[in-house]
Amino acid sequence: MLALSIEQHSWAHRVPVGWKLAALFCATALVFPLTDLRLLMGCVALAIALYLSLGRAALMIGVAALKPVWWFVVIIALYHGVIGDFSRGMVIVVKMIALLGLANFVTMTSRLSDMMDWVIWALAPLRLVGVKPERIALAFALVIRFIPSLNQRASVLQEAWRARAKRRLGLRIVAPLVISALDDGETTAEALRARGGVE
Amino acid sequence: MERNIVFIAVFAALIAALGLLPKITLASGIPITAQTMGIMLAGTVLGARNGALSVLLFLGLVAIGLPLLAGGRGGLGVFTTPWAGFLFGWPIAAFVTGAVMRAARAMPVSLAAVFASVVGGIGALYLIAVPYYMVMTGTGLMGGIATAMVPFLPGDFAKAIVAGLITAAIFRARPAVLMSR
Repeated sequence: MLALSIEQHSWAHRVPVGWKLAALFCATALVFPLTDLRLLMGCVALAIALYLSLGRAALMIGVAALKPVWWFVVIIALYHGVIGDFSRGMVIVVKMIALLGLANFVTMTSRLSDMMDWVIWALAPLRLVGVKPERIALAFALVIRFIPSLNQRASVLQEAWRARAKRRLGLRIVAPLVISALDDGETTAEALRARGGVE
Repeated sequence: MERNIVFIAVFAALIAALGLLPKITLASGIPITAQTMGIMLAGTVLGARNGALSVLLFLGLVAIGLPLLAGGRGGLGVFTTPWAGFLFGWPIAAFVTGAVMRAARAMPVSLAAVFASVVGGIGALYLIAVPYYMVMTGTGLMGGIATAMVPFLPGDFAKAIVAGLITAAIFRARPAVLMSR
């Protein structure tokens, strides 16, 4: 399945996931209270330097990952422009780009399986309150298995609708999609039970 | 036990699949996706606890780097934007939806599901998302409501109604799977 990490062998990929997440957490905690625009610009420059250390292609991917927030930048700029506090709007926007850039950098340089291993490791203390991390690992694995088959089911249902009807599809396939997914769930649950069940 | 885990996983996958359905653009020009309807359905079908867990599982997969949010977004970055209050509010929205669904057992399934989706998927969600947006951007209450709430409300009410109809259809087809009641 498509993931957001990039396949590369860089220094950032070699840093263990736990360290990267800890660094991101600290960076976010440090950057968030900042209100000085020059300092925040420095943070953005730092993020750009991080991306550039992986090569120009990585920087391009990083910039493309910011695309969904551009319209938000416009809204914030307009809002603070209207209430006459443009510099404060700039602080919010630049801060968001810095934080988003740093967070995306960690995602880009961490393999999905490493992230998952770290999550299961981090959730181990939940054992004390009776939650078994193995169950969470199983649930993660099940979703990753279900997603492609459900997406395929959805496109088959859409094609079947288009073959029969001229009207627009809308949300009519959601009910059959959910029902068939639940049927798959029943079968999977039975199969798990037949193989000894979940601890 | 197996059934609980598998159904939680199935709904997490469904929320992801709903993010891929073609967008519907409202008259106001704001695109709405079926993904938030998945949050409502998790509550109306799985109930409070399992519904919230399936949404948490979905968010966990997004956080570790799968592009499952509508529009192919994902990774840690999506939790840093001022709109992240919606994501943090989703599990609570599903929980409240499931709890209302159970409390409204006396009502017909479709009505109860619409009602529960409005209370949980709209009421509880914006109670978290709007203050979060206000804190992150420094906007006032009116500004927060005008930019983070009003544009989406028509789509949300439409989704709550559709979620109710779909829950009723599921109940008719597979009465045993409605864990919420």
